[in-house]
Amino acid sequence: MRAGASLARTGMLVAGFAFLYGPMLLLVVYSFNASRLVTVWAGFSTRWYAALTQEAQLMASVRVSLLVALLSALIATFNGTLAAIALVRFGSFRTRTIFAGAIYAPLVMPEVILGLSLLLLFVALGIERGLWTIVAAHATFTMCFVTVVVQSRLVGFDRALEEAAMDLGAGPARTFIAITLPLIRPAIVAGFLLAFTLSLDDLVIASFTAGPGSTTLPMRVYSQVRLGVSPEINAISTLMLAVVGLALLFFAALSRQRGD
Amino acid sequence: MGPASNVRSGRNWLVIALPYSWLLLFFLAPFALVLKISLSQSALSMPPYAPVFDWSDDLRAIIEKLSALSFDSFAGLFNDSLYVESYVSSVIIAAIATILTLFVAYPFALAIARSSSKLRPILIGLAIAPFWTSFLIRVYAWIMILKDEGLLNRFLLSIGLIDAPLGIFATNTAIVIGIVYSYLPFMLLPLYAAIEAQDPALLEAAADLGASPARAFLRITLPLSMRGVVAGSLLVFIPAVAEFVIPDLLGGSDTLMIGRTLWNDFFLNRDWPAASAAAIVLLLLLVAPLLVYERVQLQDQEARR
Amino acid sequence: MTQGDPLVRLDRVTKRFGDVAAVDDVSLDIAAGEFFALLGPSGCGKTTLMRLIAGFEQPDKGRVFIAGVDMTDVPPHRRPVNMMFQSYALFPHMNVEKNIAFGLRQERASRAKIAERVAEMLRLVQLEGLGKRRPDQLSGGQKQRVALARALAKRPKLLLLDEPLAALDRKLREQTQFELKEVQRRLGTAFVVVTHDQEEASVMASRVAVMRAGRLEQIGTPAEIYARPASRFVAEFIGDINILKRDEEGTREIATAIRPERILLESDAGGSPNSLAGIVDDLAFRGSDTLYRVRLESGTILRVLAANSGGRDAYRPGDRVHVRIPPEACIPLSH
Repeated sequence: MRAGASLARTGMLVAGFAFLYGPMLLLVVYSFNASRLVTVWAGFSTRWYAALTQEAQLMASVRVSLLVALLSALIATFNGTLAAIALVRFGSFRTRTIFAGAIYAPLVMPEVILGLSLLLLFVALGIERGLWTIVAAHATFTMCFVTVVVQSRLVGFDRALEEAAMDLGAGPARTFIAITLPLIRPAIVAGFLLAFTLSLDDLVIASFTAGPGSTTLPMRVYSQVRLGVSPEINAISTLMLAVVGLALLFFAALSRQRGD
Repeated sequence: MGPASNVRSGRNWLVIALPYSWLLLFFLAPFALVLKISLSQSALSMPPYAPVFDWSDDLRAIIEKLSALSFDSFAGLFNDSLYVESYVSSVIIAAIATILTLFVAYPFALAIARSSSKLRPILIGLAIAPFWTSFLIRVYAWIMILKDEGLLNRFLLSIGLIDAPLGIFATNTAIVIGIVYSYLPFMLLPLYAAIEAQDPALLEAAADLGASPARAFLRITLPLSMRGVVAGSLLVFIPAVAEFVIPDLLGGSDTLMIGRTLWNDFFLNRDWPAASAAAIVLLLLLVAPLLVYERVQLQDQEARR
Repeated sequence: MTQGDPLVRLDRVTKRFGDVAAVDDVSLDIAAGEFFALLGPSGCGKTTLMRLIAGFEQPDKGRVFIAGVDMTDVPPHRRPVNMMFQSYALFPHMNVEKNIAFGLRQERASRAKIAERVAEMLRLVQLEGLGKRRPDQLSGGQKQRVALARALAKRPKLLLLDEPLAALDRKLREQTQFELKEVQRRLGTAFVVVTHDQEEASVMASRVAVMRAGRLEQIGTPAEIYARPASRFVAEFIGDINILKRDEEGTREIATAIRPERILLESDAGGSPNSLAGIVDDLAFRGSDTLYRVRLESGTILRVLAANSGGRDAYRPGDRVHVRIPPEACIPLSH
């Protein structure tokens, strides 16, 4: 009976992880396929990776994506952290409901609608679309994620720590810098990484708010994917997966080290 | 002791003003704009709509124009079978996909939650790690698998199980598979949290009182994880209804999903008022399940009091 | 501070949270150098009263004076008092030394002075050698000492201690009570300790204020409060007590309180007019003494504490006994 349950559990875990990781694994394997026909295996080759470096447009879109992700994540982290502090610490104030609603709404707002409304804004204001409009759009939709992460840390924060600092002579600003900020830093870093990743991954909102000279990596990949499966896309995909995978391993190791 | 009533804790209004004004400019204002344009007439200019309001309008002009608002776009939505069918089929596809995701995720979450406490954090970490990888790439992987000349068909043909490609690609089935795969982590996490939080002694007590494992699951584990079921289902259903990438890449040319219809109206047909009206209707459509969720959470909070 | 000013003066202070008056029209003087305890059940307002002195709460009515200066509107970081928190509130990202030095750094003390004072404080609380540890590497008792050292590092005239021993286990608590007394005596700093434990208050404090529902019920030395409780609430809150209700003078109900250890248990009346007959209902052997429940002929149950000094026969349930109540043991209670 118990052995049977344990076997079923193991079977479920194997099946589940095979489903989650199998498709990605296939992508990686076939990126090393020598044949241009993606699904016919013709031996190991790294030629598609070499081909990637020749694609100037692709490289340009990587640069755009990284820049957008960095800038928008910085803005989102700043705004999102302030918003979390306001929500947790300010108690009730007038228009708090609108404020909270506006912060959480992007969490569930369909990307298509967010992108569309921002495009309409930029057109109405006569702002030429480009890198900065994507940055603004991304900073808006990722901000709520930062707020949620930082907020959960602030809610569990022992207020006595801040009171102790004030009791020992530190004013409000000093208390924030010396006590509050260092203790919520992990949440702020996590929020930044989340915002960065979401920005890097976004296709829909970027498509609405990008201008002619500012194509992001997902936009570039998308336009190629629409034309069909190709070994080059497999190669880019594998590289993107590798970067994320390594980053996740790094942070897992880091948090494990701290946990001990 | 008592509510923190400290007025001196440095309520700096800049803290609230900065994120607030950002949201006003980039979230609330665009929203008002969508509403405004949805009430405008379509036009063949750039921007492709005739504005109802002008920034230079004075109050009287605004009132005059209010009485002459055009609800054509909204009326058009309901007369246009394309939109009505898009809404209906989006909801159906999203609902089927959500139920399937639940059926895949539940035993998976259960298996993880019942693993040894050492293994658990690693397993759940691995299970939600794909969330961090590119959505586009994960959808793309399924094109490679499902296409007529894709890996799945090649494999099945080669072992002789089928003698013609299955033809899943570019159908609603492919979309459902894509949604289940892409949104699985969203369902897994709340389910796992709800199951893992349960006291193992509950099952022992049930067994002690004579319940078979199956009965104990149905009467104890499942009811106690309903919160996770509801949360996970909403986290999958809501974005799935408005999904664009999956129907666009895995669906066929005849696939109707509202996210894609909206996109096409915007970029290809350039009918901005229609797209804006469609967006507003979509939003109203998604508010309903959210209100349900809000209620469930509220009840939950009260129950815990 | 002019001569004769109390260290702390609360002048008709009221603090409300919503509809509830956590502190209700309280006036109180605390002298320099005394060990003062605020005693009461949870929710009686004792913590709020302390937070009013520390500056974490502002009174709705009344004034707070510290060393003769009106501090009502002064924020906590500018008040010459320090506080030891119930949770200790040690900064988890700083080691013991940095925690202790935090207050000194706020007043921009020189590096040498800080080092000297930190070492002195570590010596005071007997934690030499643990300066580099982080709070999560300390035991409960060690954390408590660090919190004490940190709060004393700035040499405040007044130290507020919020349930300082609540997080310690029983054995450590008793030892720490005496250590706190010793530190207080040595430094001459006034201590105000908030506690719900009457034994703790009696052991440490020279003066105790009993609080109930935001008001001060009684202020006095522990012995005074024990011997002459001002109200039924105080009588029942401090130590074990029998409350007898008697309808005297026909109009007002007057209660009389008697401490169990003041009642004498005898096998015969001995002709005393203060003796009442009863039967031993039950008893609890407690080592140094035995607590008897005696049922009187009127049906009233009296709790009687008899020392087990040996030589005397112990009574058993069902035994007929006489209880003698010396008149001076009766405490009249008006409310």
